[in-house]
Formats: sequence, structure tokens, C-alpha cells
Amino acid sequence: MSAQANMSPSARAARRAAARPGAEAVEEKGWLRAHKWLLARRLSQLGILALFLAGPWFGLWIVQGNLSSSLTLDVLPLTDPFLLAQSLAAGHPPYREALLGGGIVLAFYLLVGGRVFCSWVCPVNMVTDAAAWLRRRLGLKGGKVPHAHTRHWLLAFVLVAAALTGSLAWEWVNPVSMFHRGLIFGFGLSWGVVLGIFLYDLLIAPRGWCGHVCPMGAAYGLLGRTALARVSAGGRARCDDCMDCFAVCPEPQVIRPALKAAGQDHPLILDRNCTTCGRCVDVCSKDVFRITTRFDRSES
Amino acid sequence: MENTTPADDRNAPRPARRRFLREAAGVAGGAGLLALGVGLYARQASALPASALRPPGALPEADFLAACVRCGLCVRDCPYGTLKLAELGDGIATGTPYFNARSVPCEMCEDIPCVPACPTGALDRALTDIEQARMGLAVLIDQETCLNFLGLRCDVCYRVCPVIDKAITLEMSHNPRSDRHAMFLPTVHSDHCTGCGKCEQACVLPGEAAIKVLPIQLAKGSTAEHYRKGWVEREAHGRSLIGEQVELPVRGMEGQAYGDTRLRPDAAPQGAETAPYAPGGLDSGWKP
Repeated sequence: MSAQANMSPSARAARRAAARPGAEAVEEKGWLRAHKWLLARRLSQLGILALFLAGPWFGLWIVQGNLSSSLTLDVLPLTDPFLLAQSLAAGHPPYREALLGGGIVLAFYLLVGGRVFCSWVCPVNMVTDAAAWLRRRLGLKGGKVPHAHTRHWLLAFVLVAAALTGSLAWEWVNPVSMFHRGLIFGFGLSWGVVLGIFLYDLLIAPRGWCGHVCPMGAAYGLLGRTALARVSAGGRARCDDCMDCFAVCPEPQVIRPALKAAGQDHPLILDRNCTTCGRCVDVCSKDVFRITTRFDRSES
Repeated sequence: MENTTPADDRNAPRPARRRFLREAAGVAGGAGLLALGVGLYARQASALPASALRPPGALPEADFLAACVRCGLCVRDCPYGTLKLAELGDGIATGTPYFNARSVPCEMCEDIPCVPACPTGALDRALTDIEQARMGLAVLIDQETCLNFLGLRCDVCYRVCPVIDKAITLEMSHNPRSDRHAMFLPTVHSDHCTGCGKCEQACVLPGEAAIKVLPIQLAKGSTAEHYRKGWVEREAHGRSLIGEQVELPVRGMEGQAYGDTRLRPDAAPQGAETAPYAPGGLDSGWKP
């Protein structure tokens, strides 16, 4: 009971912030600075997509394939470790290219943080961000959010299903690879799956897909323990509890330990589920957050 | 929880633990059901439609579905736009490469660029000679509409075959309808047919082709290994394995060798000076 009583002022603030988080930041810092990381992320997501599409659309073959596996400039192989894990679980030892490509991707995300994939590369992020944005604007409340560990269970079952069926069972329905492949090779009925995710996030579960269900995100989340790029709430002394960061964060549970010194004393967000999207940096009018390295524990 | 005693700091988290167990069970059950559904769907739908052919060098279907990561690199390296990635709703494992012989067949490139493009080995690099590819097997499936079976000279499937005279031959036989003409029957030989589908694509019939490339397990019967072929055994052993036959006289053919039932053994077939007696029918070695 007491916890709820304590929460209610911030809950009221959350309600104020809910519709337009970052409005204050736009006034203080200007629109461009208040959308800096969002723009950078969209540039990264669309830029990567453009690299893949330049070939089929304009005959400019920089990158061939799709996010599942690709070949850049005819030399650099990249393979999704999540798909590789499924293939191994299904009992197929892949060729060296795929293993090398998977190793490169694995090393990269171990270095920068696994879920950087989710917010900087994955095309579904734009769909779920749009659903979250619309949800805030329409003031939709409630919904049924699945348990936080659903994605980890699903990840385990995806691998079990691969082993039992001897095939990449999840890839029949995996909306992430399906969306990216659809954009490059043609959709078929995959539009329906993408629309389904949008409606699920909009009407049923806020931040439901990326934050609770997606086993691919869960797999990348496992690579987040050693991430170099981390968000720091170094300016937490200036925090005025406007709740904008909580309203906009796709994984709001990761903020509190750093911002409110709950269970840790340094201001770094080290939770492996932080996607390093930088939206909290953008929407904070007090410049509490910054993107830095995991070694930077300074407060300013 | 009613019986809590003072020494109960340790018991305090129990409701939380109970809730956690309940939630974990629910989540595990839900996720398990979802995965089970996906697995069953994948299993049921993994039967490849007979009209969808895999690229050259593809592993057997079950292994292929474990190996292919659906990246489309083989599609990109196919110079003829033959290969496509299956889309959701095509009835083929989503995102896996296939081609439809009737619309765009495999052109059998000598360097087989799609095979080295595959990063996972779903297309087996042991295939280096495209004539060893077995994407399927052509079957002259409709003898009622095939023009050659009607006694006409279409021959298109034979002419377009990249392994002409080995994978498809024209076998001459008697035309019983006119009783004075020949029929040239396109005949596929499984030891040479790569399943490229050029014949199916070229078949002149307006809609469905009379010759179709089918998955090999659909097209072929299994070998009758429990049968001994008398002529093979005789060749191998230099004599018949069942001993010499009792020779009963055949009335009217007393002057001929036993087993020779030709009415006019001296009349050689027309234009067959080199081979005095060449049986017609399949595998005659006849060339147009």
C-alpha cells in the first residue's frame, strides 16, 4: 500500500508526460537537439535498409542478401547469430562463411551492446515506435502486457522447436526477419504479420512486442552484459521527476537503478535490456542523460 | 500465512515466490503453446508443393529446412532471375528459395553461381558439375495431350533439353491409329535428367505442360531389388540360373531357333541394313 501512495505523485506526473513526452525539452533545447538521437537512429535504420535496397532498386550492389545473412562488397559476410543458433539447434553445421559472419556480428554486439540491434538496425523498431507514439497521442490506457520473461521462455522454446522439428520453425513466422526480407524480396502476406504487431502494441500491450515477446530481441539482450556504449544518468542531480524519460523509454524498468540510485550508486544504466536508443537523452529538458561508455561513472 | 511466527523474516517472501512460480508457469505455458503451434505449423507446411523446385545442389528437403537461413544470396547470384524467395502464403517455407519450371526454368550455368553464394551449405558445394544436379525429374505426365503421342512431330521438349539425347530421347514406335506412320515418343532418362525444367517451360500446350518436372521421390518408383533380372544374371554367370528350358515345338515354326517367334525372320526392317533386327520402343538408340 505504502509503495502505491509513494508512487502517486510521480504517477500523476507520468500522466502529464504521457501524451507528449519531450515537449519541455523541445522548448528548452530546440526541436533538433531534442530529437538528435531519434534522428540518428532513423538515419541508421533507413540507411542500412537503403544499402540493402540499392541493389534491387538501382543496381548498386553494395550489400546483398538480408539481415539473416548478407555479403557486403563481395567480401564481408554477416550472419544473424540468432538464425545460426536455430540452424545449429536444428542439427545443421553451417559452412565457414556463415560461422565467420555470425562471429563478426556476435563480436560487434558484444562490444557495443546486443540490443543496439533492436533500436539502431531492426526495421520492426519503426513499427513499434509508431505504435507507441500513436498510443501516447490517443491516450490509450491499460492493456494486457505479457510477463517480462515471456521473451526468454519463447527464446528457449524457439530453439527447442528447431531441435524437435529439425527445421528453422520460428522463421516461418518470425516477424523481424520476415519484415526485412519482405522489404527487399517482396511481402506476400507478411504485411499482415507486421500490421498485427502494430495493432498488438497499439491496442493490447504497450511496448508488447519488442519489450516482452520478441525472442530475437531476447537473444540480442543476452549479448548486453559487456556493452561498451551505455547511457548514463550523470546529471541525475538535476532531475525534476517530470517522468518524460519513463514515458518514452521502450524498457522503462532499466532507468530507475541509475536515475534513482536504486540498488547501485553509479549513474550508468547497465541493464542488458537497455537498447541504447538515446530517447531519454532527447526528451530530458535538464540534460540528465548522456550516451557514454561503461567506464564513465562521472556525475555532472 | 496466518500462522506467521515472530521468526518469520524468511517466510516473508513466500507469497512473492508463490506469485512468481504461478506467473512463470503461466508464461512458460503460454510461450510453450505458441512455440508448439509454430512447430506444428512448420512441420505441416514443410511439405513442398510439387511445382516448387529447389536450386541446384539443395540438400534433401528436411536437411535444407534446417540449413537455409532465408537470406536470398542465391537469388541475388542467379543471373536469369530464376530463383525466388517464398513469401508468406505461397505454401512453401517462408523465405526459402525455389523456382517454378513452367515460368522460369534453371538455365544450368556452368559455374552454378547460386551454390557458392550460399553461406550455410543449404546448397551443397560438392556440386561442381551442373549435369550432376538433380533438382527434380522430368516426367511426360500426359500422354493424351502430348502432340508427339498423338503422332505429330512437335519434339520441342527434346530440342530444348540441355542434355539432349541423354536426358530426353525420341523413341520411335508404330502408330497404331494410322497403322502406317511412326510415333516419336519423348522419353526421359533419370540418370541424365537434372530437373532444370527447360522442357516443361517450352512445352507448346497453352496452359499446363504435358511434360513436368516433379520432385524425384514423386517421379520415381523404388527399384525392385528383390527381383532377379534373368538376362542380367545370365550375362553375369554365363548361363541361365534356372537351367536350360525344355524346348517344346511350336507348330509352323519348326525351322526356326527356339524362342524366335518372328513370322518372316528374313525380312529385315526398312533402312536397317546395319542392324538387321533392332527392336523398336524405349531405349532403341534411334536418332532423328
